[in-house]
Amino acid sequence: MVNGSKKYIKALLQKGLREDGRKLDEYRNVEIEYGVSAKSAEGSARVKIGGTEVVAGVKMEVGEPFPDKPDQGTIVVNAELLPLSSPDFESGPPGVDSIELSRVVDRGIRESKTIDFKKLCIKSGEKVWLLFIDIYPINNEGNLFDAAALAAFAALKDAKFPVYDEKTEKVKYDEKTEKHVPLENLPMACTVLKIDDKFIIDPLIAEEKAADARVTTVSIEDGSICAMQKGGEKPLNSEELVKMVELSLSKAAEFRKAFK
Amino acid sequence: MTYEKRSDGRKFDELRPMEAKVGVIPRADGSAMFKTGKTIAYAAVYGPRQLHPSHMRNPETGILRCNYNMMSFSGSGERVRPGPSRRSKEIGLVMEKALLPVLDLSGFPNSVVDVFVELLQTDAGTRCAGITAASLALADAGFMMKDLVAAVSVGKVGDKLVTDVNKEEEDFEEGATDVPIAMLPRTGQITLLQLDGKVSKDELKTLLENAKKATKEIYEVQKQALKEKYGAK
Repeated sequence: MVNGSKKYIKALLQKGLREDGRKLDEYRNVEIEYGVSAKSAEGSARVKIGGTEVVAGVKMEVGEPFPDKPDQGTIVVNAELLPLSSPDFESGPPGVDSIELSRVVDRGIRESKTIDFKKLCIKSGEKVWLLFIDIYPINNEGNLFDAAALAAFAALKDAKFPVYDEKTEKVKYDEKTEKHVPLENLPMACTVLKIDDKFIIDPLIAEEKAADARVTTVSIEDGSICAMQKGGEKPLNSEELVKMVELSLSKAAEFRKAFK
Repeated sequence: MTYEKRSDGRKFDELRPMEAKVGVIPRADGSAMFKTGKTIAYAAVYGPRQLHPSHMRNPETGILRCNYNMMSFSGSGERVRPGPSRRSKEIGLVMEKALLPVLDLSGFPNSVVDVFVELLQTDAGTRCAGITAASLALADAGFMMKDLVAAVSVGKVGDKLVTDVNKEEEDFEEGATDVPIAMLPRTGQITLLQLDGKVSKDELKTLLENAKKATKEIYEVQKQALKEKYGAK
């Protein structure tokens, strides 16, 4: 059996083992570094989960609100699967995988209500802050969903508003205020894979390729769920799904304690 | 028109503090990070690998393909719209020309060597940082190379000739000339030269000499980075 092949991954899991020696419910080491693009971005962060490395940055612009939400700003999340970060990613316009990734991260942040969009309002009906969150993998060794979600949140946490000059209606990007984006809670994404009858977290690439199904659950402090996404080609029954969600919630809770 | 003192306190012929590291992207065949002042470039090399689309294949040699990109949050001022621009395409092209002279890809017919450069943070001199990083990444990938390629942006700010122009200098109100140059440090051969602004022929001569001196310094940082990964412990 070839290392990294589907058969190999599956055979290992049946013995309760993984390619890198971890337990099935064991996360790799997580590192967060803030301000990695401090000169350019209003907020930025680098997240490493084992060998997977993702950077995210926040740029803030002032624009018009949506007509149906005149007193609310918003976030725009964008992820690009850089061909720099993996031989599997190709150049070109964003593929469906990068769109899914950015939309899952977007929903996790948006639906957690961690940002009160009303606090991004400058003048109702006219001027609101738009927070652009851009996510880029630097090195992909699996579990981009969790890494991207964490990097996006960390970049938001790092972000400070630039000065907005109401007279000229321009943002002064070279002048930052001390004002942070108010964040009410910490949405945490934890992705669980199903491979045969086993459930694992924080997957490596070979495990992602061998997976029957993938479930990303984003939860907040009180344990409630604010976003989910099922991926993978095989169906799940509800018992399986509940198991995966439970695993995800317990890991997120554990993780949240470590995140400061 | 006088430019008395550099905004960051450097001497006129002084480079910004540099940092280089190879092997920073384990998934790539070769990779490097190069930082000069606040400009941070990552480079990854993939290949030689099969070239798509197939009509671009050359049965006589492998080809080099460079892709330059600024992360959306890496610019000063507003967000940079994602995706290729005319500027990024041109930079990709001149990077190819800057790097190709040190490579011999004739052993890899029909193949491509992809170089991806991403800017995490910018303070001018991004194409030069990209080339410097890319040449390290190519060395890290194990390609036979005639030399490394080191690049620097020299120029004229106000009335002074300067080395390693930063963004504030590039935007100098009374005029600045930017001359990105890539050289093979051992021979001083030039593989990239662009200029926008205004200089005399004599000034250009001095700038070339300044670039020669600067790229030699960059070369030392590059070699040190390679030794850190590959040198005897």
